[in-house]
Amino acid sequence: MSISKILIANRGEIAVRIIRAAQENGLKTVQVYSEADKSSLAVQMADETVEIGPAAAQKSYLSVGAILDAARSSGSDAVHPGYGFLAENAEFADAVEAAGLAFIGPSGEVIRRMGDKAAARQAAKDAGVPIIPGSDSVFEDFEKAEGLAKEIGFPVMIKATAGGGGRGIRIANDEKEFSRLAPQASAEAKAAFGDGGLYLEKVVEDARHVEVQILGDGGNFVHFFERECSLQRRRQKVWEEAPCTALSPETRNALCSSAVALAAAVSYRGAGTIEYLFDDRSGEFYFIEMNTRIQVEHPITECITGVDLLAEMIRVGGGKKLSFVQSDIGMRGHSIEVRINAEDPANNFMPFPGVVRDLKVPGGPGVRFDHFLYPGYQIPPFYDSLLGKLIVHAENRDKAITRLKRAVSELSIGEVKTTKPLFLALTEEPDVRAGQFHTKWLEPWLEQNSSKFAQQEGGPS
Amino acid sequence: MATEETRAMLPGIFYRKPSPDEPPYKKEGDPVARGDVIGLIEVMKSFHEVCSEVDGTIIAFKIDNAEPITPGTIVAEVET
Repeated sequence: MSISKILIANRGEIAVRIIRAAQENGLKTVQVYSEADKSSLAVQMADETVEIGPAAAQKSYLSVGAILDAARSSGSDAVHPGYGFLAENAEFADAVEAAGLAFIGPSGEVIRRMGDKAAARQAAKDAGVPIIPGSDSVFEDFEKAEGLAKEIGFPVMIKATAGGGGRGIRIANDEKEFSRLAPQASAEAKAAFGDGGLYLEKVVEDARHVEVQILGDGGNFVHFFERECSLQRRRQKVWEEAPCTALSPETRNALCSSAVALAAAVSYRGAGTIEYLFDDRSGEFYFIEMNTRIQVEHPITECITGVDLLAEMIRVGGGKKLSFVQSDIGMRGHSIEVRINAEDPANNFMPFPGVVRDLKVPGGPGVRFDHFLYPGYQIPPFYDSLLGKLIVHAENRDKAITRLKRAVSELSIGEVKTTKPLFLALTEEPDVRAGQFHTKWLEPWLEQNSSKFAQQEGGPS
Repeated sequence: MATEETRAMLPGIFYRKPSPDEPPYKKEGDPVARGDVIGLIEVMKSFHEVCSEVDGTIIAFKIDNAEPITPGTIVAEVET
């Protein structure tokens, strides 16, 4: 199916990013919006707009019916889901295709399979991707599971197959803890997700979060190397870079090849990311999960490879073949992205919706700022706190950090409190400069350094 | 007898229930004590409790579940 008009079922910076990719490729855009997003930048940029409901996302951006009605009334022939909201909702993907439109992403069947943690783990194992030692399937017998936990070796992680956002996860350090925590995790998952199924995983301590960007057209599959996203707060990434300088060329090759193997095993179509834990000390990597969408941090991959991932994603979503093969894709230099959130790092990252009275955007060589702000914009309090992504690219990691510090200093969003001071402090941190960190590094560092994040006064409005 | 107004301190979405499948924290006519949670405000995906500042009886909720609010919006009236 050839597509000519894309409906964007999202908002914020990713909506702006999709509109840009569509426009450069001669496609018309339809932006849906809630009552609270009437004045948004994406609404101003799109060719057509359709209001789909009130501010609460449940009644607008998460309303499958309202979005499909908008697609029909506007004559759209494709839907781009962005990230978050309905991007990994298999029923939505099915409904879009049932309505005769192209879903810019994988089939509902693939979303469903990779969204089920036990099924995804099995798919990875079958494709020869290293998985974290653990139970191969859901267990219900706590006593048998305790025996398996002993075999894997403590500490072990007890995870709910239907879990998410950290719920239904427990770490047991010994048998006694295991027998106490396993029923708790099951009950919590049952209450939160209606499914109390559990599985076990070995805890890999002080590991890095490394992920591989892939693209597929259903028959051909390529990777775009890896990103390292170890700097996280409450399991949310705050600083991402590409490539991961802790990988040897051999490990990089094995890692990226395994990601392509998994994409091929599920006949993947669209952009996807396969996430891994990487243990520096052993050099081993283990599959965590696959995200079946474009990710927030895709621009750093675009910087090092020079490929427009959104444009290519739209191309394969419209039924065309990938426009390149693996040997066409190289990487150059180092790229870093930091997430500029409307949160006050000096006050436990309290959300800070406000008015953008004044906006100074960083520029110069190797700097990109993907955002949806303009002077006078009232940031709505109803959605994610991500305001923009500041991305730098330079010939090596050290120069990229220096450039990041310069670019962050240039950014000003008036009185809106943001995560900017956090990144200024991180660029000066010796461990960060040396690339010595893992997924548990940032939180204790934040506790010790919160005094560095004070910003000028200004109240939410 | 006096009527006290409980106002929202933050902008966002107001919820009367701790989660979609649970009953409301309080119904109209229920007694409340100072510090009792009567609702939640979702601001940029983080949740903040709204507590009663007085002892008394809730006579009216002025905002429905899952409706947007701004700081200063009256969410409930409490008779003391």
